[in-house]
Amino acid sequence: MPALPYVANAVISGTLTGIVYGLMALGLSAIFGVVRQVNFAHGELMTLAMYGAVGAFQGLALDPFLTMIAAAMVFGVFGYVLQRGFLNRFIHRPEHLRMLLMIALAIIIGNGLLLAFGPDARSVQTSYQLDSFELGPLLVDKVRVYAAIAAVVATALLAAFFRLTLTGKAIRACADNPIGARVAGLPVAHLYAVTFGLGAASVAVAGCAMVQLIDVTPGLGPGYTLLAFVIVIVGGLGSMVGALLGGLAIGVSEALAGLLITPSAKSMVSFGLLVVLLLVRPQGLMGPGRR
Amino acid sequence: MAAASTLAMYAFPRRLGAETAKLKVGVLLPRSGLQALIGQSCQRGADVAPELLRQRLGVDIELMNADTESNVDTARSRAERLIEQGAQVLVGAFDSGHTAAIAQVAEQRGVPHIVNIAAAPQITEQGYKFVFRNFPPAPEIGRNGLVLLGDIFREAKVAPKTAVFMHVNDTFGQAMAKGVAALLPKLSLPFKVVDTIPYDPAAKDLTVEVSRAKATNAELLLLVCRLNDAIVLRREMVKQRWSPMGVVSPGSPGLYEEQFSKGLGKYGDNCISNTVWFNPKNQITHDFAAAFKKRFPKDEFAFHGINASYTFDAVLIAADAFKRARSTDPKALAEAIRQTNIPATDRVSFGGPIKFNAKGQVDGNRSVVIQNLRGKPTVVLPAELAEGKLVFPMPKVS
Repeated sequence: MPALPYVANAVISGTLTGIVYGLMALGLSAIFGVVRQVNFAHGELMTLAMYGAVGAFQGLALDPFLTMIAAAMVFGVFGYVLQRGFLNRFIHRPEHLRMLLMIALAIIIGNGLLLAFGPDARSVQTSYQLDSFELGPLLVDKVRVYAAIAAVVATALLAAFFRLTLTGKAIRACADNPIGARVAGLPVAHLYAVTFGLGAASVAVAGCAMVQLIDVTPGLGPGYTLLAFVIVIVGGLGSMVGALLGGLAIGVSEALAGLLITPSAKSMVSFGLLVVLLLVRPQGLMGPGRR
Repeated sequence: MAAASTLAMYAFPRRLGAETAKLKVGVLLPRSGLQALIGQSCQRGADVAPELLRQRLGVDIELMNADTESNVDTARSRAERLIEQGAQVLVGAFDSGHTAAIAQVAEQRGVPHIVNIAAAPQITEQGYKFVFRNFPPAPEIGRNGLVLLGDIFREAKVAPKTAVFMHVNDTFGQAMAKGVAALLPKLSLPFKVVDTIPYDPAAKDLTVEVSRAKATNAELLLLVCRLNDAIVLRREMVKQRWSPMGVVSPGSPGLYEEQFSKGLGKYGDNCISNTVWFNPKNQITHDFAAAFKKRFPKDEFAFHGINASYTFDAVLIAADAFKRARSTDPKALAEAIRQTNIPATDRVSFGGPIKFNAKGQVDGNRSVVIQNLRGKPTVVLPAELAEGKLVFPMPKVS
């Protein structure tokens, strides 16, 4: 068994990574919770944001943490337009058609990135990228701390929007009872588009944070889409708090499994967690009924 | 007599007759998909070959390039198509799985296949008559790499007592791990392996793996890696301020590649790869490097060392056989390839003379110690090839 500082380091690292995972999954959860659209292009959208951050860093020397704001706005508008102009047309189609539509979108984005940037990995290299905070025997990765802070701020802003603004309340009404929302005269198509825009914005912020933790390649998307699904299902589909908790659960359990069992067991543990949770609490940690 | 005729051939190149004017060489490489970077690197070696070999041997070669798309089935179908289109020799295909598939096609169709790079031992263990390989099989690479570890310690006059062995858990990594585990006890190396840590080559985060390795307090990191994971792992070592005496690969890619040095800057320096390489002392290497630079002015030759050199040498073997056979008939070419005897000084890759044994395998391909110095992979051992001085132990990360 490794010494305590190594275990503590793994837990801290897993927690910080889990928070960023949580933000990534948040967009998926919000979109599903309101629009009932399973976004299979979620990982690809994050990959797109990561390429945006790399481009801004290489072309304009912009730190990815600064790029986050612009990326959130661009992706927010992109998501709104995509839902309003395109996806809303399919909203009453059978679910399998909508699923295929999103898979097609994912393939288009992934291959478009491959065509535009080639297969090689790209990264940003900020001056503090390899720095760590030293707290006694603990070494805490500086970039992970910043990324987790950004994720917490973005989540808080999103939660405040849903709780405190009229549009946010209307979106929640839409999520609870779409027919009732229509009857009450709420502009449902617009609200769906705003929700998709917010989901895309949060995944853009997550992408800008992630680009400092991992290199980006065009094929990154499917793995992160799957991870986001696992997190959202563990946390509870449609629950914002659940997405963060799911991210934390996956991040910490993977870190501990890697350290205490074997690194190859990381994915096995996260998927094992998913299976156990589906058996004992199919609605996830914070699924409907506890929101 | 044979030596004299070989010497005469290299000293006095002359053009072949019009009836056998051109050799059509089908080059199969993964130029897109997962292995695109390395496939494209290999392709550069092939691209430079026709002009240089025309000057050296007086033979005309037409390349017929095909992309295997990093896919076994595509590799097989492209090989079929190249033969249909008139390829008289096949060269390729970097990946062992792709190469094995192409070798099957070549054997069935009776067309010579010269393997540029592929380390799976079974490729030349099938009793094939048309498959030839000038690249060491994995166990030989591993053994050569481990033997060179002893040379490093002797040269540095310091040796670690403990090592942690980290390896990718794909087919290649596991084969190397088995080889290392079997060979280490026989080689009387001074260190003991205190932990073996397999990891996923596609992992985006190796925090835990590095934590676990660091927790062993091992003095040496023995690493079998690929490219992207090597970058992630080295970054994590810096973040966790883990500075073992050395980071040494006993024969895997990753550490000597361009993206590793460019992506990590000064942190990529001093990492060591004991691997097959080109021979920097040979005149043909200088000619090849000059032709390479002329054709690809933006590329640093050293970063394409293994890929381009071994691919060039595969085309060289085809051209040499064509010259001696005076025919494009596949059977005549295969027989000529079997009789190949290219002197060690007339090849770009590092090793003894290129001669195929009964299995179609070249024995005597050698490894060197490559260390990244000032952002460039540099030969530091053996002494007769050294271009730079070994830095061992590597400086601690600040």
